[in-house]
Amino acid sequence: MDLFYKLANGSSADLSLIPVLSEEEFRKAVIETVKAGSRIETMFAMPEEKMFRIFAVLLTPAEHILNITSMKVSEKYQALTPELAAAHLFEREIAEQYGIIPEGHPNLKPVRFHESYANKAPWTGEKAPEIGNIDFMTMQGKAAHEVAVGPIHAGVIEPGHFRFQCMGEDVYSLEISLGYQHRGIEKMLEGKVTPRTIRFSETAAGDSSIAEATVCASILEALDGVEATPAARKIRAIALELERIANHVGDLGALAGDVAFLPTASFCGRIRGEYLNMTAELCGNRFGRGLVVPGGVKAGIEPERAEKILKWIERVYPELKNALDLMFDCPSVLDRLENTGKVSKEVAQELGLVGMAGRASGLLLDTRYDLPLKSGDPRVKRISLKHCTGEVMARAHVRYREIETSHEFIIRMLSEDLKGDIRTQYSGRVPAGKIAVAVVESWRGELCHAAVTGEEGTFRRYKITDPSFHNWTGLAMALRGEQISNFPICNKSFNLSYCGHDL
Amino acid sequence: MLNALKARFFQGYRTGKFPDQPPTLPDRFNGRPVLDSSKCADCGACKKACPANAISAVGKDLSIDTGKCIFCGDCAAVCKQKAITFSQEYRLANMTREKLIVRSGEIYEPERPTDREFLRFCSKSLKIRQISAGGCAACELDFNVLGTLAWDMGRFGIQVVASPRHADCILVTGPVSKNMLLALKKGYEAAPHPVWVIACGACAISGGIYQDSPETMGGIEEILKPDLYVPGCPPHPTTLLEGMLRLMNRK
Repeated sequence: MDLFYKLANGSSADLSLIPVLSEEEFRKAVIETVKAGSRIETMFAMPEEKMFRIFAVLLTPAEHILNITSMKVSEKYQALTPELAAAHLFEREIAEQYGIIPEGHPNLKPVRFHESYANKAPWTGEKAPEIGNIDFMTMQGKAAHEVAVGPIHAGVIEPGHFRFQCMGEDVYSLEISLGYQHRGIEKMLEGKVTPRTIRFSETAAGDSSIAEATVCASILEALDGVEATPAARKIRAIALELERIANHVGDLGALAGDVAFLPTASFCGRIRGEYLNMTAELCGNRFGRGLVVPGGVKAGIEPERAEKILKWIERVYPELKNALDLMFDCPSVLDRLENTGKVSKEVAQELGLVGMAGRASGLLLDTRYDLPLKSGDPRVKRISLKHCTGEVMARAHVRYREIETSHEFIIRMLSEDLKGDIRTQYSGRVPAGKIAVAVVESWRGELCHAAVTGEEGTFRRYKITDPSFHNWTGLAMALRGEQISNFPICNKSFNLSYCGHDL
Repeated sequence: MLNALKARFFQGYRTGKFPDQPPTLPDRFNGRPVLDSSKCADCGACKKACPANAISAVGKDLSIDTGKCIFCGDCAAVCKQKAITFSQEYRLANMTREKLIVRSGEIYEPERPTDREFLRFCSKSLKIRQISAGGCAACELDFNVLGTLAWDMGRFGIQVVASPRHADCILVTGPVSKNMLLALKKGYEAAPHPVWVIACGACAISGGIYQDSPETMGGIEEILKPDLYVPGCPPHPTTLLEGMLRLMNRK
């Protein structure tokens, strides 16, 4: 029997085709495949016949394919984490959701502080810890001190708790405890597919709405057995790159603000809005809400609209370049960004960092190439990984390079013919007993949705894995050995999603 | 230094003309819905399409609760009779919950402020502490935008403060996740009273699409009484700014 079932991105298969391995086989297969160059897209549990079935979805870039396998467990299994650090948060999540204990997990703590779905230990009922109240890693010694930040932060951002262990100004360890944004999305996605299904996805991480909606729509389309039209796929791709640019511009501006370089901070704050308004030009909403619908997109891009956006970009892009070059030419800015918040390639690899942050640490990964939703569709040019050594500066540079390639792509696409049907006949069928997986490169990194259907028309399990879920530990590692005053720029250079993690 | 000056000159003066001039909104923008019950065929398609449970129809008497509405426009798209359309009316914010409900044939006029104590304290200077309680980051980001030079809300005396201790007003986003309930209450209590409350976005007003989630409180209404409701998912920056300015009697 094969150890894995190979599934193309954005397609579905009969659940019965997914191998069910023994605990030993599963463990060995997953660990070995990841060590041989695959990465974990998602791992999740699902109740099945009084037991639990744990799925592992791995991305194998060399084959442009998803490798899926599973095992059945009842209460506990031997944790993969000691040998596969990238699995650590997934195993914590599975323990919290279904009370399945990964034995030998070195850091088994709650992830989101909600009641167990299966009403099982370790953290349910009276044993349920209060949010943010966990056994934090601490440091002993007279000069050691602890800094606690959050959940409410000083700026206008989402809530989360950070616990720093310091000696003087130096951070020895940072532990990040989230869960404040938990809205129970995965649980609500179970059952009937409703008009809310795609709306939950759009708001799972509200700054990645296009990516989220595209993944969700791809799943629904795969289950229905249809495919979005070429014009719709192009419009989705344009919107996705606009989303990427808007977020990168905003974050580079915020980085400038955090090192008190106000000109770029001010300019970028305004310029980010221009890109949001371009998205609103496509669908009326600055975050692209409602643009992506199962089967295609809500509204097309007529030639006049394409022309308008092209002219718009022609005007704004030089202003953006001017603002960014100003910052990257300023020695006092460079001094703050260089050699700050380093995540080495080895650490990034081991923790399974994805997306922009992974690339900044020198990892050649990007699902736009490794696992395109439809091979043969036009692609964004790949950025160079020169000088990608894992510091704040590298993350800033990767963002700058991606802004350039995304612009090139959008201009190319808008100059092409966008005519044609924007919607296929989508009937909304959800056949029973299927599994569907889709992955899209959101601006933070790879975003994976996996759905298992139950009876006709219903989801039995819907798993969303936001890139932030992979990357939060990267931020904690970036802070090791840093001055605590460098936290804001380290944080901004990642700018991870709280709600995407907490869902 | 010279480079920064050169860039400053190149970038120019970019603060928008709002509120002196009406805002420029995209043609596909969905503002306040307009209802015409006389066209309604009572087919129920709009109610079925609505992800936010915002539409109620007693027979053919339609109404839409913009406190729940996410302005996706799906109802208008399925209504063959065009009983529901979306206007470009961006002045969606109001001071009473009831006023958020759109009815057929109404002549809409946004509410004027009546809270004298608020006007005495805050009409010239409003210090806001924002608390995100389960928000998806979109409301937060589009509130942040008001601080940029494109909107420059500082010129109206509106400012974001780092601590609730310095705040006149708490602006809440998100449906209030259970896990943020305590922090939200503490944040509110930490502000020197009297303190006013703005519910920003469908989630904060009514729970939005999360109204049925057992992990959220379904908006802030049960916890804090809002003095300004700003509908939207997320509210357009103009909607939020216009609402705050009206609350302050600045326009």
